[in-house]
Amino acid sequence: MTRGELIERVARECQINLKQAEIVVSTIFRAMSETLADGGRVEIRGFGSFEVRAYAAYKGRNPKTGREVMVGPKKAPFFKTGKELRERINGEG
Amino acid sequence: MATMTKADIVEQVYDNLDGFSKKESADIVEMVFESIKETLETGEKIKISGFGNFVVRQKKERTGRNPQTGEEIRIAPRKVLTFKPSQVLKNAINT
Repeated sequence: MTRGELIERVARECQINLKQAEIVVSTIFRAMSETLADGGRVEIRGFGSFEVRAYAAYKGRNPKTGREVMVGPKKAPFFKTGKELRERINGEG
Repeated sequence: MATMTKADIVEQVYDNLDGFSKKESADIVEMVFESIKETLETGEKIKISGFGNFVVRQKKERTGRNPQTGEEIRIAPRKVLTFKPSQVLKNAINT
C-alpha cells in the first residue's frame, strides 16, 4: 500500500474528502520526521517506536570496485515493532 | 528530549485540519494507524514516500541459546516487521 492508497483508504473509512485525508497523513509523517530529525523519539502505542541511533565510523569496501573506503559516523532511525502489531502480524492478535 | 506520542500527533493534525473536533481528529489519526496495521497483517508492505517502507519478513525456525544458562532453545518460525527509512528521512536525521 502506498502513501496515496493510504490516503484514499482513510478518506473512505472516515468519510472525509481526499484533501482532508492528505493533510492528516502528511501531518503525521512530517511530525514524526521532524521529531527524529531533532534527535527525539516517537512512540505510537500498539504500533511501535522510532528512535535515532548513532553509528561509529567504520572501514567499508566499495562492492563494485573492491576498494576500501572510510564510512563516516552517521545516525539512522531505528524502528521497534509494538507488541500488538507484532502479535497481529503473527496471527495471534 | 521528551518522546512524541499519539496525543502530540493528534494535536498537530487538529491544528492543521479545519472543522474537526479534537475527538474527531484523534479518531482519524487512529484510523491511519489501524489501516497500516491491517495491511501489514495481510503481509502486504507499506510504502510512504519521503518517510520509509514497512515490510513483513518471514523468519525460519532456528536454534538459539539461552545466554544465561547456555541451554539450547528452539526459536519458532515467525514473521517480523522491518522499517527501511527513505533517503529523505536519513538525510534529515544527519543534517
